[in-house]
Order: sequence, then structure tokens, then C-alpha cells
Amino acid sequence: MTDQKNTAATSKAKTATMTGASILWECLEREGVKHVFGYPGGAILPAYDALKHSKIHHVLVRHEQGATHMADGFARASGQVGVAVTTSGPGATNAVTGIATAMLDSSPIVCITGQVGSKLIGSDAFQEVDITGVTLPVTKHNYLVTHASEVARTIREAFYVAKSGRPGPVLVDITKDAQQGTCEFDWEAAKPQLPGYRPDLSPAPKEYAQALELIHNSKRPVILAGHGVVISGAMREVRDFAERAGIPVALTLLGLGALPASHPLNLGMMGMHGEAWVNHTIQEADLLLAFGMRFDDRVTGTLKTYAPNAKKIHIEIDPAEINKNVKVDVPLVGDLREVLLELLPHVESIDRSEWLDSIDRLKGDSAVRDIQNLPDSGHLYAAHVINDLWHQTRDGNTIVVTDVGQHQMWEAQYYKHEKPRSLITSGGLGTMGFALPAAIGAKVACPESEVWVVVGDGGFQMTMCELATLVQEKLKIHIAIINNGFLGMVRQWQEFFYDRNYAATPLLNPDFAKLAEAYGIQSATVSKRSEVFPAVESARQHDGPVLINFKVEQEDTVFPMVAAGAALHDMIRRPSPIVETAEDE
Amino acid sequence: MLNTFMVYVENKPGVLTRVASLFRRRAFNIDSLTVGRTEKPEVSRMTITVDADRDQARRIEANLYKLVNVLLVENITNQPAIVRDLALIRVAATHDARSHVLELASVFRARVVDVSPESLTMEITGAEDKIDGLLEVLRPYGVLEMVRTGIVAMRRGSKSNGAAASEGTATGATNDDVSQSV
Repeated sequence: MTDQKNTAATSKAKTATMTGASILWECLEREGVKHVFGYPGGAILPAYDALKHSKIHHVLVRHEQGATHMADGFARASGQVGVAVTTSGPGATNAVTGIATAMLDSSPIVCITGQVGSKLIGSDAFQEVDITGVTLPVTKHNYLVTHASEVARTIREAFYVAKSGRPGPVLVDITKDAQQGTCEFDWEAAKPQLPGYRPDLSPAPKEYAQALELIHNSKRPVILAGHGVVISGAMREVRDFAERAGIPVALTLLGLGALPASHPLNLGMMGMHGEAWVNHTIQEADLLLAFGMRFDDRVTGTLKTYAPNAKKIHIEIDPAEINKNVKVDVPLVGDLREVLLELLPHVESIDRSEWLDSIDRLKGDSAVRDIQNLPDSGHLYAAHVINDLWHQTRDGNTIVVTDVGQHQMWEAQYYKHEKPRSLITSGGLGTMGFALPAAIGAKVACPESEVWVVVGDGGFQMTMCELATLVQEKLKIHIAIINNGFLGMVRQWQEFFYDRNYAATPLLNPDFAKLAEAYGIQSATVSKRSEVFPAVESARQHDGPVLINFKVEQEDTVFPMVAAGAALHDMIRRPSPIVETAEDE
Repeated sequence: MLNTFMVYVENKPGVLTRVASLFRRRAFNIDSLTVGRTEKPEVSRMTITVDADRDQARRIEANLYKLVNVLLVENITNQPAIVRDLALIRVAATHDARSHVLELASVFRARVVDVSPESLTMEITGAEDKIDGLLEVLRPYGVLEMVRTGIVAMRRGSKSNGAAASEGTATGATNDDVSQSV
């Protein structure tokens, strides 16, 4: 291959005249894509027409919001880029909620949207929407492609931007004429050209030294592990770091699974509905080590009194997160895993048993207040369902996908996640309707995993049209509806902060079991604790999807709770003992 | 305090929107923004002034860097720099006042670019406070119309950022700056 003639011949063989639509699928294949989630329409039809020549499997969704949530669930379960395809106008705007969800939780998805012909842009043509304008604040980056010759480079750049650095959604809007037009396709020549994009930062040596000094001088340190641990693949490094330094680990909602729940240094979840001892530990700490988390208001409570005596080290890949909410003493900007690998050899083993013992004492009466330790009052609580589900599926290779609200918090509290990516949930945006479509994406990504949807009766009805998608795709996904007949979390806020004025929170629901049957999905309705185990077991044995309608206590409350704007240690606790209140009814 | 940023961006459609949208989205108020060509056709340059404290300024810089089309950001607020604003000022200048107005214009080295029986229009270039000064002394005569471009700025000395910006190699304002400004 050294002589010029040969090289020329090779490069010639690498190019071919193709339509923009064919180039799109070819590039997706070369990026390793095997599944896309989409919905056809006028402006994307040339691409769909070319799909028949591709090996890519297309999952037909029932609403474009589902397509982006599925791509998101796929990405979160696998760590790979998820792909959604929609048409222009309403197809694209329907996708926006899913894109914003992925943005807030740093999930790598690429969303391909059709656009009207380039000559019609700006004319308010049928189904024309300026989707790059609409999605500007909710994408990591977006593109408008108006020529077939731009398709290949744009797709390559989109994938690179989506998955590198702090991952996020990238939208590629392709005009109809760009799909129909032809050009020479040359993969090699279409390399990304991103002169301004720098995803690879690393800290300066003196910053490492400053961090180590703080760590070694600390008597009461705590690690705050977030989603960044999972994204960076730093589970082992975090565990090694915690073990070597003897530092306990508190997790954010999206960090659950980053360290096994059974690990002795794992304290559990922090924040608004975190365990009381975890929040107290943070407030009493003299050093916070924030690992790939962003001090969201749901984990800090009011910033005025947040960890008042603690120095803060922030390891974070996104420089714009440094000092955004919490002022930190030492920022280490870089990939978490790489930064920890750099720090690890210098971390001294320090006996911090006194600190760990004092945290154990903080656990105090939490166990007494725990609903699991109370006698069966005949009521079915959501916590029972989650706890029993965990007991039955804990040894399996299970992914739980939750929606947003009370059931989400109970899942986080009572399902003990041992592995990363075993909980998929919408944290930052808090998108109701996320669970079912995201679970479909997760199951497509991990067909060998047992996938459970844990969803409220409110959120389920936002995207339940995707039941048809899961049936059409013959996916074995189990759906546990935590049905309390209320928009439970909103009702809880009304109970606490709006004088029990349950405005617009009671729900009149369909018979979910019958609904499932209409789709050909096996179903069961459970209203006693004794029925939970058999129902879950029967679902697991069934060769196909199962929906279980768990009719739980209607006015149950997630405890503890840090009211919005309150101090992290100022928690509303479950009244102790609860037995009497339950029996009084 | 008012911070001045020099921002090199890829000369592509929509980049101005991305930058402007960032300031809106993060609730930073732009005092002035100018954008124009540079010595390289593929690079445009913006001069942005924003009222922000030190921490906010650092976050603005970091957020600008998150935009894929942004090549280089420099906060030149506390650096020796040439800063220029241009104003066109139409001032009432009847027969009686005309010579006074012309005198003031000459003191400030403003150039008269249009004359009518009732008014004079002058052009002045300079630092913002110089233009403010001229406006102040013209006000008693009656400023009929005024427009300013907003500032453009360039660092003093021989150091040039253009080459670094177009190659995307200038990582100067990344980690080191993060730590320095913390």
C-alpha cells in the first residue's frame, strides 16, 4: 500500500454514490447502532424507504415521546448511544420531553428528525417547525443538515459529541431533499471536525496535592457518589478509594448501584427523601468528596446551611458545574475514573472507625420507624411491594425502571441496588411517563436482563400507549403499577404544605388489568401483602409480559422528607410508631 | 462589575443564537455584544460585556466553552486591552450654539459627518467613558438621536489568539483558570 496508485485505488473503492437517506443508515451501522426507536412521517419518509437495505432493527413506537425515552433507556442500560427517529413538526416537538429528560440526566442519545425541504424552510410549510431552535437549550448540540454531502460528517460528530465528555442528547434535523439527494459517500473523509470541542480535561498536579491534603486531614469525610460514577465506569475506583481511605459513601438517586447497597461503607441515598442518617452525616461532615454529582437542590436542601463545616472537593467532568450551586475548595475537573486512578496510589489508609461508629449511632431509631419492621396491619403499602419485589429478584440480573413520584422514592429506599445501571429513572427533569418506554429501551439493550417497570397510576397513563410497542416487539417486561388512586407525591405536598387541599390529585383510573388484557398482556390485581410474592413469582414464570396492578394504601407518605428550601437535617419523619395509626383506621 | 469577554467562534449559521441563548438560559444579562469577522474567514469574534461577579464570570466562561462552536474565550476584564466603542450623535445645533458644539466635538476628537440647518451629526470612537463624557457635555444642547455599536476589544501587546482559536488548541482557559479563580 505504499505506492500512490494503490492508495488511490483503495480510497476509490471506499467511496460510492449514495442518497443522504442511505448514508444515514450506513453511518448509524458504522457507529454500532443495531436498534432505533422511531415513528415515520412525511419529512422522514425517504429515510424510512432506505431502511429496507439496512440491518438496523426499527422499533415502532406509539408516540414520539416514547421514542426518545426508549433511546434514553437503551443508553442508560447499555452505556451506548440510543437513537430515536421522528418526522418533522409535531413528530419532532413530541420528542422534546424525552430529549430534555436525557439532557438533565446526561444520557447520550442521538435524535434524527426529518425536516421539510430546504427550499421550504422559513415558509411555515406543512409540518415545519424550527426544531433546532426549539431544542437549543435542551440538547448538548444540534444540527440542521440541508445537503446529502453533510449527512456522514454530521452523524459522526453527533455520536462523538453525544457520548464524549459529559454525555447528552444531540439532535440532527435532516431536510427531505438532503435525504433524497445523492453524493459520494466516504466514511474516512467524513471525520468529525470539532475544533472548539474539548471533552478531555484533566486537573493540574497542584490540585491533586490540595485534594490529598484535605483528605488526609479530614476526620469526618463522606463521599457523595452521583451518576458520573456510572457514566465514567468508576465503580471499582470509587470502591477502592472508599475502602482504602475508610470513607463512607452516600449516593444520589442516579448514583444508586454505583456502589453495592450491601457494601459496609454504603450509607444509602441522600437528599430530599434520603435516609435520615445519611443527611445527618453530610451535615456533620468536615469534608465532602463529590464524585460525579452536581449538588442538585434535591440533594442539598437550602444551601445556606448545607454541610456548614465541610470543606468540599468536587471531581467533575463539566467545568460549568464547579461552584454552580455549592462553592468548593478544590475542583478536580476531569473524567472521574481517570482522576481517581491518579489519586488512588497517594491515598493513605486512615482509621476512621470513630466517625463510622458515630454514623452507625445516627441510624438510631430509623430502623424502628421503618415500615418493614412493623407488624402486618392488613394494609398493603408500596414499601411492602417494593421490598418483596427486591427479595424475589435480587439474585437475578434485574433492571428496575421507575417513573416519577412516590413510588420512585420508595423504590430508591427499599430496592437495594447492587449493580450499576440496575436502576433507570428520570432524576433531573422528573419526567412522568418515562418508565414504560425507557424500560422498552432497556430491554432492547439488555434482552437477557429481567426488566421491571415500577410506575404510579398517574405516570403510567401518560405513556401507556407503548404497551402496544412492547407487545409488537414481543418483549418480556413486567409492569408493577403502584396504584394509590392519587397523584401521590403531589398529594403528599398538598397534605404537608397546602392544608390537605387535594386539588386535582384524586384519579379515576381504568381497570388496569383489563386494559392489559386488551393488549394481550397477562395481568393480575393485588391488594393484600400475602398476594405480592405469588403474583411476582407468577409473572417471572410467565413467558411474556405481565402487568400487576398493586392497589396500595391511598394516603401513604414518603418519609423522611426535607421540605423544598428547608435545611438538609430538618426532615419530616415518619411518626413513630406507625402501628397505631394504621390500626386506628 | 462589568466583565469583558473576547469570544472566538466558528463562523457558522446560528452560532450567535447559541451564544445569546446561553446568556438568556442562565439568566445572565448582556450589557453589550458585538460580532464580526476576523483575519480568518472561518472564525468570527465576539466582544461581550456582562455584569457579573467573579464566580459568575467564571461560570459564564465555562458555559461558553460548553458550546461546541466556541473556539476560545478570554476574560480580559483585568488585562491591558484596547477597548473601543463607536457612537453617532445627532445634536441640536442652531446658529447660536453651532460654534460651541463644534468646539466640544474637537476637544473630544469627534468628527462631524453630517450637517443640517438645525443639527450636527458627529462620529466618535473611543473608550466608553470618553463617549459618555461627550454625551454629557452635549446634553444641554439637545441630543436628538444617538446610536452606539457596543465595544470591540483587543489585548495589548504582540500576543495573538487568532491562530490558536482557529486550530482549537487553546485550552488555556480550562483547568488552570478554574483553579486560579476559585
